[in-house]
Amino acid sequence: MYQEDDDDDDDDDDGGQASKQAPGREREQAYRDLETIMGGLEVERTTVGWAATDPSGVLSPYTYTLRNTGPEDVFIKVLYCGICHTDIHQTKNDLGMSNYPMVPGHEVVGEVLEVGSEVTKFIVGDRVGVGIVVGSCQNCRTCKSEMEQYCNKKIWNYNDVYTDGKSTQGGFAREMVVNSKFVVRIPEGMAAEQVAPLLCAGVTVYSPLTHFGLAKPGLRGGILGLGGVGHMGVKIAKAMGHTVTVISSSDRKKQEALDHLGADEYLVSSDEAAMTAAADSLDYIIDTVPVFHPLEPYLSLLKLDGKLILMGVINTPLQFVTPMIMLGRKSITGSFIGSVKETEEMLGFCKDKGLISEIEVVKMDYVNKAFERLEKNDVRYRFVVDVAGSKLQG
Amino acid sequence: MGSIDAAERTTTGWAARDPSGILSPYTYSLRNTGPEDVYIRVLFCGICHSDLHQIKNDLGQSNYPMVAGHEVVGEVLEVGSDVAEHRAGDIVGVGLLVGCCRNCSPCKSDIEQYCNKKIWTYNDVYSDGKPTQGGFSGELVVDKKFVVKIPEGMAAEQAAPLLCAGVTIYSPLSHFGLKKAGLRGGILGLGGVGHMGVKIAKAMGHHVTVISSSDKKREEALEHLGADDYLISSDEDQMKAAADSLDYIIDTVPVGHPLEPYLSLLRLDGKLVLLGVINTPLQFITPLVMLGRKVITGSFIGSMKETKEMLDFCKEKGLSSQIEIVKMDYINTALERLEKNDVRYRFVVDVAGSKLN
Repeated sequence: MYQEDDDDDDDDDDGGQASKQAPGREREQAYRDLETIMGGLEVERTTVGWAATDPSGVLSPYTYTLRNTGPEDVFIKVLYCGICHTDIHQTKNDLGMSNYPMVPGHEVVGEVLEVGSEVTKFIVGDRVGVGIVVGSCQNCRTCKSEMEQYCNKKIWNYNDVYTDGKSTQGGFAREMVVNSKFVVRIPEGMAAEQVAPLLCAGVTVYSPLTHFGLAKPGLRGGILGLGGVGHMGVKIAKAMGHTVTVISSSDRKKQEALDHLGADEYLVSSDEAAMTAAADSLDYIIDTVPVFHPLEPYLSLLKLDGKLILMGVINTPLQFVTPMIMLGRKSITGSFIGSVKETEEMLGFCKDKGLISEIEVVKMDYVNKAFERLEKNDVRYRFVVDVAGSKLQG
Repeated sequence: MGSIDAAERTTTGWAARDPSGILSPYTYSLRNTGPEDVYIRVLFCGICHSDLHQIKNDLGQSNYPMVAGHEVVGEVLEVGSDVAEHRAGDIVGVGLLVGCCRNCSPCKSDIEQYCNKKIWTYNDVYSDGKPTQGGFSGELVVDKKFVVKIPEGMAAEQAAPLLCAGVTIYSPLSHFGLKKAGLRGGILGLGGVGHMGVKIAKAMGHHVTVISSSDKKREEALEHLGADDYLISSDEDQMKAAADSLDYIIDTVPVGHPLEPYLSLLRLDGKLVLLGVINTPLQFITPLVMLGRKVITGSFIGSMKETKEMLDFCKEKGLSSQIEIVKMDYINTALERLEKNDVRYRFVVDVAGSKLN
C-alpha cells in the first residue's frame, strides 16, 4: 500500500518528495482512494496549476491543495480556460493587490468529477462553467436581488481568500473546487473551448445591455476596442438587432470588423471628419479599452441620454468636463461581469443565436507567450488554454 | 397708431460690458410683439451662478453688452394675436431658454432643453438676428412656448428661483426615476440649487443628507431646511460610515472637485447627478464606477412641461425658495457676494421696484 508520510500531506512543493511515493497521477488517485476510504477527513487532494510567483507575471507549474468537496461544492476537472486582460493586470500586480503564488484564469469550462451531498443542480460528467466570482455573502441587498457580483464580500476565484481561510486559485489548473451556486451548466451543443470566453467577456457585455434597457432591437451601438470583450460586444449587439459601429484607433481591424464580425460601420477615432459626422448618433458605447484614454471624443458620439459603459479596469483617472454630460444628459457608467443568473441567460442567448467566440487555442506551455501577445493585442480575439490537453503535472 | 410701422420699443437693462462682469444701465430695442409673442414687464429676477460665468466670459463664449438674468417673473403687458394661453395682467415666468427648433427628436418629445438649436434667454441670437437679452431689465418679449404661468397664490419673488434652480433639481429626479418616496438622497453644495434640492427631495419623501465641506451650514441644513443628516466631506470617519448608503447625489458644486468621495457614498446603481457648469475636467477611476455599476450623469434645467409640473408640485407642497431681495443698484455687490457663496440662498432682484436708468 502507499506510504503515507504526514510531513508532506500539506506540502505545497513536493517536487522533491515525489520519489518517495508513487509518481504523480497515481499518487493523486491514491489520495482520492484514501479520501473515499477515510471520508476525506484528513487528506486534502492537490492539483497543479500554472502560477505567477512575482510581478514579472511569468507563470510556471505550482502544486497546491484543494479543499475536499463540501456539501455544496462541485469538484471540476478543467477542460479549457480563457485568458482575459484582467489576468495580466493581476499577475503583474498592476492593481497593487496581488498575492503570490497566483494561479489566474477565470473563464473556466470543465467537467464535473464529484458533487457534494446537497448539490442537486449537477451530476458527475456534466459540462460546467466557472467565472470570476466563487463566493458571496448571500445576505446583502445585492445578493438577495441576484446581483451577487456586486456583493461587497464577494470572493474572487483567484487572488482572494475563501471562507476556509485558504487562497483561491483559478482556472489555469487541472482541477478546481467551487460552490455550486457559482457554477453554470453549459448548454448542449456548444463547443467547450468556445464557451470559455463567454463566461467573462460574453456576460460582461450581456449584463449591462440588459440592465440598462439596451437589449431591444433598433438601437445604434458603438463598440470601442476590438479585443476579447469587444468582439463579443459586436456579436451580441448584432444578435440583439442593433446597428453596430466599431470604433478603433486605426484602420487595421476594419476588414475583420465589417466582413468577419458583422459590424455595420467602422470609425477611426483619429479621423476628425468622420467623428464629427458621427456626432450625436449612438445610443450607447461599450468601452473596452483597458488603458487610459480620453472620453470626450466618445461622449460626442452619444445621442441625448446616451450611455458610455466602461469595462476596462484602469488605475489612472479618466476625465471629462461637465457640460459634455449635462447638455445631452449623457451617462458615464460601468459594469462588472454579470450574475450567475445573467450568465445562464447569456449562454442560452448565445446558443439560441448561434454565437461563438473567436479563439486561438493554445497549450499551457505556451501560456507565457500568449500573455505577451495579449499585452500587444496580438490575438483574434481570445486565447483559450486547452488545459486538459496539456496534461498538467507537478 | 398700431405697432406695425412704429419704431421698435426700447427697454433698459443692466448689462456687463466686458469680462470684469460689472453691470451698468444699458438701453436697447425689443422686437414688436409678434403673433406668438408675449410682452412682459419684469417684476423679479433671480441671480444664478451661471450668470456669473456668463458675464465674466468663463466659458469663452460671451458677447457684450450682455444683460443677464434667467429666473424671470413678470406681468403680461401684451400678447400676440395667436396667444390664447396668457392675457394681460397674468403673472408669468421665463427661464433660461426662449427658442428651439420644434422639429428635432428632443423638441418633439417635450425635452426641448436638449434641442441642438435652442436659443438662450441672453447671450444668444434670436431667429430675427438680434441678440437676446435677459431678465435684469424692464421688459422682455418672449415666445409663448417659453412663458409659464405662475400658480395662483405663489409669491412672485419666491417663484423666480424655481424657474432655474427649482426645475434643475426637479427634472433629473423625475427623469431618472428618483421621485418615489423612501429613497436616500444626498445634496452636495448648499447654494441656490442645493437648497431647493433639499426642499424638493424632502417633499418627495426622501431621506436627505446634505454634504458640505465644512460645518458652517449644519444648523441651517438640519433645522432650517429640514435635511435629515449632515455630512462633512473632509471627515473621513463620517464619510466611511456613510459609504454605500445613497441612491443618488445631486452635485451642485460649481467648481472643480474630486468625485471619488461622493462615488463611495453611492449604493449599487447609485447616480451622481452633476449640475455645475465646470470648465476644468473632473476625474474618476473606472473601478469605482464599475464595481457598483454607478452612474455619473448630468442634467440641464428642465423642459417647459417639467417647469409647469414643478411649479404645481411646489405650490401643492407649500415649497418656497429662500431668498434675499435686493434692488438693481445692489446687483454688483450681490454678484460679488454670490461668488463667495455669501447668500441664503438666492438673490432676487426687485426689478420693478428699482430705478433702472
